[in-house]
Amino acid sequence: MAGEAVAPEAGRSLWQDAWARLRKNRMAVFGAIALAIIAAASLIGPLVIAHGYEEQNLLLGAAPPSAAHPLGTDKLGRDQLARILYGGRVSLLVGIAATAVSLTIGLLWGSVAAYFGGKVDAVMMRTVDILYALPFTIFVILLMTVFGRNFILLFVAIGAVEWLTMARIVRGQVLALKKQEFIEAAIALGLRKRRIILRHLIPNVLGPVAVYTTLTIPAVMLLEAFLSFLGLGVQPPMSSWGLLIKEGAEMMEEAPWLLLYPAALFTLTLFSLNFLGDGLRDALDVRASRD
Amino acid sequence: MLRFIGRRVLETIPVLFLVATITFFMMKAVPGGPLDTEKNLPVEIKSQIEAFYGLDLPLWKQYTNYMASLLQGDLGPSFKHANRSVNELIAAALPVSLELGSLALVFALVVGITLGIFAAVRQNTWLDYLASSSAMVGICMPTFVMGPLLVLVFALHLEQFNASGWDFARDRVLPALTLGLVYAGYIARLTRGGMLEVLSQDFIRTARAKGASEARVIFRHAVRGGLLPVVSFLGPAVAGILTGSFVIETIFNIPGLGKHFVTSVFNRDATLTIGTALFYATLIVVLNLVVDIVQMWINPKQRAT
Repeated sequence: MAGEAVAPEAGRSLWQDAWARLRKNRMAVFGAIALAIIAAASLIGPLVIAHGYEEQNLLLGAAPPSAAHPLGTDKLGRDQLARILYGGRVSLLVGIAATAVSLTIGLLWGSVAAYFGGKVDAVMMRTVDILYALPFTIFVILLMTVFGRNFILLFVAIGAVEWLTMARIVRGQVLALKKQEFIEAAIALGLRKRRIILRHLIPNVLGPVAVYTTLTIPAVMLLEAFLSFLGLGVQPPMSSWGLLIKEGAEMMEEAPWLLLYPAALFTLTLFSLNFLGDGLRDALDVRASRD
Repeated sequence: MLRFIGRRVLETIPVLFLVATITFFMMKAVPGGPLDTEKNLPVEIKSQIEAFYGLDLPLWKQYTNYMASLLQGDLGPSFKHANRSVNELIAAALPVSLELGSLALVFALVVGITLGIFAAVRQNTWLDYLASSSAMVGICMPTFVMGPLLVLVFALHLEQFNASGWDFARDRVLPALTLGLVYAGYIARLTRGGMLEVLSQDFIRTARAKGASEARVIFRHAVRGGLLPVVSFLGPAVAGILTGSFVIETIFNIPGLGKHFVTSVFNRDATLTIGTALFYATLIVVLNLVVDIVQMWINPKQRAT
């Protein structure tokens, strides 16, 4: 017995534990798969489809689904399927870009505030508190009216609405981490500040940040759709799901398919993102689990 | 406690000031004003109109004039609706929006809390699953999707309700429902989470061990703690209902404040836009303050902050 070598068991890191938990969550997995399909369709679809999203066919008008146009056409005869897929690109792009904006601002703000602590922290978080009280939606509406329908401005404005909560989450995490012993150990070992931040703080902050990012994307997409619905967001001939829903709502009586398909797809995407975000949160935060 | 309230009130003043200033300069930056869509006016009339609205003054003077009149509660004349002041327009439209908002809120609270309690008490059963999925649908389907869909089904196909308008009592149903459903979803989720957390506590075990009926355990003991997350959510919920009313009022053609805001933005009616934006902002800020105070009052643990 003594001489036999025992194959060492592979250890399981915390990330692997979380991954296993995530995989068990059926709704989250469903969400992830649905999301992947939708994203793939939006990316590749417009390249593959026979009709362009801009091609007008005024003779057709708003036609119901047919062989040539599987989801029908809108009032200018543009193919709905192409517009929905292209709209998916735009909506997802805006969602990701705006979230990236709020992620960057929030991450920087929160980590700087928490890292320096003391007065710097107090001032920075006070600013966040004051900004929290402002009704950003109203400002975004005003902003879009004032500066016109600039596409880039759209996701900067939307991103600017959401960074506050991100900053708070990041700051909370970093503060909690600062007190942990492994940071003390790193400092005692003489590691430089930059190394500590990069290799020790940031990876540990990633958890809640990833969760919140996944939950911010649907919120941002909702805001974009809201703006497009009011005519302040994406402009035709570009399409986004929000715009398609608006156009569909206008033609609701004569052509309900124009409303139903974009609405269903939009809701499905939000569903998937929310389930995925919830699943991530349950997987990464052990305390919140149900047992 | 009073010191806390006093401090918070003082803090809101600079916020309101900031809002007014930002909105003012934004609207000034928009090209176009009350004179734009008119036919070509002779110079004298143009300058008269400008003088009336104070548009010929230098920018900083317009700003100080505006701020001064704000302090007196006067929001100025509307640019587009001749002879009507912003105060008048807001006063006319506000009751409508308030009615819509309160109906939606009551609906959201009643449905949301009930669903949430059921889901928590029958955790992991089909009831829980159903309630949670419904809540999720409410959250994911935006008002401007839900609204037209409800109109499609109930007004156009079943012909039970009018598709728009606000004249009959019946007209309240679809808009309030649309607005409330989203928040019912959030509230249901929050209630469920809060109840689950409270129900796992020891004092609930004690109550059960002492022989209290399940109903008593839930309603007399658990609900108080379980509803805390809902109370903190009330602030953002009311703000959301207010902003959500923009879309609802536009879809259902309701003569409320939200619709005025949206149309004034498109009409470049500067004073009306600023006036309503300011009004909304003030409302939201004040309501958040009230919610914070209520929270402090019911939850002693929060007072430490």
